[in-house]
Amino acid sequence: MGALNILVGVCLIYVAFLFLVAFAAERAAINGKGGWLRSPLIYTLSLSIYCTAWTFYGAVGYAARSGLEYLTIYIGPSLVMIGWWWLLRKLVRIGRTQRITSIADLISSRYGKSNSLAVGVTILAVIGTTPYIALQLQSVTVSFGVFSDAYGAELTEETHGNNALLVAFGLALFTIIFGTRNLDANERHHGVVMAIAVEAIVKLFALLAVGAFVVWGVAGGMSDIFARIDASEIGTWQMRGDRWATLIFLSAAAFLCLPRMFQVMVVENEDEDHLRTASWAFPFYLMVMSLFVVPIAVVGLDMMPPGTNPDFFVLTLPLATGNDGLAMLSFLGGFSSATSMVIVAALALSTMVSNHIVMPIWLSTQSGGATVSGDVRHVVLLSRRISIAAVVFLGYLYFRLSGGGAALASIGLISFAGVAQFLPVLIGGIFWRGATRTGAFVGLSVGFLIWAYTLLLPSFGTGTLIGEAVLSEGPFGLGWLRPEAFFGITGMDPLVHAIFWSMLLNTLSFFIASLVGFPSPLERLQGAQFVNVFEHSRTPQSWSGSLAQSEDLMVMAQRIIGAREAQRLFEREARRQGVSGLVPEPSPDFLQVLERELAGSVGAATAHAMIGQIVGGASVSVEDLMAVADETAQMMEYSSRLEAKSEEQARTARQLRQANEKLTQISEQKDAFLSQVSHELRTPMTSIRAFSEILRDSDRLSAKEKVRYSSIIHDEAIRLTRLLDDLLDLSVLENGQVSLNEQSGILGDVLDHSLSSALTGNQDVELRVMRDRLSEQMTLTTDLDRLSQVFINLIGNAQKYCDAEKPELQISARHEQGHLIVDFIDNGSGISKSDQALIFEKFARTGVQKVSGAGLGLAICREIMTRLGGSIDYLPGQGGAAFRVILPLSAALAAQ
Amino acid sequence: MGKNVLVIEDEPNIIEAISFILSRDGWSVATHSNGHDAVGVVTEALPDVVILDVMLPGKSGYDILRELRDAEETRKIPVLMLTAKGQVKDREMAERAGASRFMTKPFSNAEVLDAVRELVVS
Repeated sequence: MGALNILVGVCLIYVAFLFLVAFAAERAAINGKGGWLRSPLIYTLSLSIYCTAWTFYGAVGYAARSGLEYLTIYIGPSLVMIGWWWLLRKLVRIGRTQRITSIADLISSRYGKSNSLAVGVTILAVIGTTPYIALQLQSVTVSFGVFSDAYGAELTEETHGNNALLVAFGLALFTIIFGTRNLDANERHHGVVMAIAVEAIVKLFALLAVGAFVVWGVAGGMSDIFARIDASEIGTWQMRGDRWATLIFLSAAAFLCLPRMFQVMVVENEDEDHLRTASWAFPFYLMVMSLFVVPIAVVGLDMMPPGTNPDFFVLTLPLATGNDGLAMLSFLGGFSSATSMVIVAALALSTMVSNHIVMPIWLSTQSGGATVSGDVRHVVLLSRRISIAAVVFLGYLYFRLSGGGAALASIGLISFAGVAQFLPVLIGGIFWRGATRTGAFVGLSVGFLIWAYTLLLPSFGTGTLIGEAVLSEGPFGLGWLRPEAFFGITGMDPLVHAIFWSMLLNTLSFFIASLVGFPSPLERLQGAQFVNVFEHSRTPQSWSGSLAQSEDLMVMAQRIIGAREAQRLFEREARRQGVSGLVPEPSPDFLQVLERELAGSVGAATAHAMIGQIVGGASVSVEDLMAVADETAQMMEYSSRLEAKSEEQARTARQLRQANEKLTQISEQKDAFLSQVSHELRTPMTSIRAFSEILRDSDRLSAKEKVRYSSIIHDEAIRLTRLLDDLLDLSVLENGQVSLNEQSGILGDVLDHSLSSALTGNQDVELRVMRDRLSEQMTLTTDLDRLSQVFINLIGNAQKYCDAEKPELQISARHEQGHLIVDFIDNGSGISKSDQALIFEKFARTGVQKVSGAGLGLAICREIMTRLGGSIDYLPGQGGAAFRVILPLSAALAAQ
Repeated sequence: MGKNVLVIEDEPNIIEAISFILSRDGWSVATHSNGHDAVGVVTEALPDVVILDVMLPGKSGYDILRELRDAEETRKIPVLMLTAKGQVKDREMAERAGASRFMTKPFSNAEVLDAVRELVVS
């Protein structure tokens, strides 16, 4: 157990050392003393994350099982570095000029800045990488397990899981600290790069040390090794041409397409010239890494008991010979391989997940949308950090769920094959201007579907995700769709089969879909920028004539004057030129028109420079041009938003004005009402005061005079009281606070009651009332007291105002469509037309008054009838004054 | 004394009260109770003082006053305006129309009497 503790201690010290290295590198970079950080050697070493634990431990196992085939994994990248370094240079240049942050960003940017494409690539990359991260976690825990076995400590499944969790946690922490310390514009992480460079040296040194020990310590030198090789199975392995070609292609493709390789190779690249050094230094590194693989495998097979896992000969050989120190170094080598891969993979994937999935979602939930102008740095950082933790945890989850079994061992190549599906889209994108977004979508989808169907699903073992019948008979009995024998071509190696079909169909569909569709202007422009990246960035003046396409002008125009406007202009010019389609020839005339049009938005000088740039012979760089165009588009959007805002303000002002007018009106009505109330109160008070003063001051009043003046005071006091009662009644009715007391009764009874209340009998002239009792035998349900109040008012008015010599009031009732209609018509001179409109207003008394009244009666009647769900109106043309009361016989009362 | 006062007012009780107060003080009081022909009545009677209500049926007291001020015969007749609307703007309207005095109802009897006396003297 003591040795195990030492191992744990060494590991912790090593991790602390890595933190220190990364921290020092960051500090040096900040203080500007990091010149040495930017050396081509560091760059080359950082590329070594290609060699993961799968390579460190697995290469020996691979050699033990399949002979020299393991070399293909090294040959692929070496060929790329040596033979295709100009392709890498192009990638790096594009990454620099387009400020590319990940492979998903590159692909989306090339194909018209399509975020859906970026999301697709990101998801596929996560699917392809998660098992690989799991593999690294497994290698760390299993190698730890190898140690503990050697020391006789039994580790439970639980401890393995905990170890993996611990490692995952540490790696996530490291990546978060040094990967998201700031939002460097170029996404470069000196601390991380320095740490993985150190780890590159550690793993190389460890492997060389074990190799040297095996060759010269265990075996008897090189000649002995060669003899052993000849004697062993490894010497007799036959090279299978198809597998070799496929594997070399596969590793080359993965080298280009793996998100983590893209991260160190393109994103973290400081200087294109570093590629020059790396183009020979990295193959050399790989060669040294592979140097002792076969000797270790041969000796391991010879010395170790049968059944020992050859994947861990690198560890078990030193342990078996008692060289614990060497074994520990070897462990650190494997640990370095695993951790550097996880760190960079997490960094690369988190950038993709954060930029293409998390941030777009976050922005869409913000009210400002993508134009949010505030500081989103902290949001971006938080999103990166969460993404890192999520990616590493996903790997851990996969490790736990897959049980860390044999399925993981084969995942390396499957993972390679998955990311290799990016290759046609990537290569096509930077070499072929005709490649389109649709093509990229179709190609990627086809490639990944075939990969999943022929390689990923079968890898889980027959009968788990894919039935045995499907494997041998094909889905639904369709023999030509068997996952491992497409189109009935059998006898191929499953891996070769999968790579062959997926890459072939991926490339073909990408190609055909690109040819069939037509790229959008933005795609064309981006395509030109990617394919001709060297011409564009190095010699900005020579935007060559061949590129002076109308489509490019179109893109420019769209950015400046808006898509619809630009389209209209181009269509019109095309018609004028007699060209079919929507795109006119870039003739001098057209250019002049376009320039004038653009000048309206950006000014003449800029417009001229822009046109001159595209048709050639100006000295503004493409980037400047694009920046200007983007700025203009933003300004236009801003100004249109301002316009919208000012319109909104005008609308608000209009509403406010209306509200204000309404308030003023209400206020005027209130003033008029108060003034009228004042008048109505002061008039009786004047009489009261005058006569009470007379009574008080005159002592020579006759008894008759005293009685008369007292009764005037008395009547006026009653008049005041009635006025106050009416005011309160009206106020209650108008506010809707009145509670109605619903009852059923006979109309005739209500009229009887009203008449006896209204006609007190002490009038000078008797009012004759004529009724038809038979028609009044109707039952109605309403507030009978309120209805009676209306009737009393109408009868009282007739009595007060009817100016006929023999005043008569005709009351007639009838029943029509569920409504009760009662007319009150007298034989007086009636109400003049102009007054008819006013009588229901408050204090609207008309003509000379025989009898004083407050002028509120009819206003109250109208309010009551509204509350009862009916109405009261003046009936013109009846000779005398005529009022019609309408009430539903039994209906819900209008309002409570 | 025996000077003439014309009271133009539509409230019978108020007419009665003012008539009583002025008669008792020795004035000869004539009354009129609507706005339509008030100007004609004044022009015919040419009283020494007119007591004029604002709210009259047919024509407002302001309009009557303006017409009196426009006509040669009635221009100089002192007019005491009575109103039951006691707001500032009513007083202003009365002054603009050419009222000699302005009084808000309810008034005290002594006040009216004093006002009428003063108007005649001046």
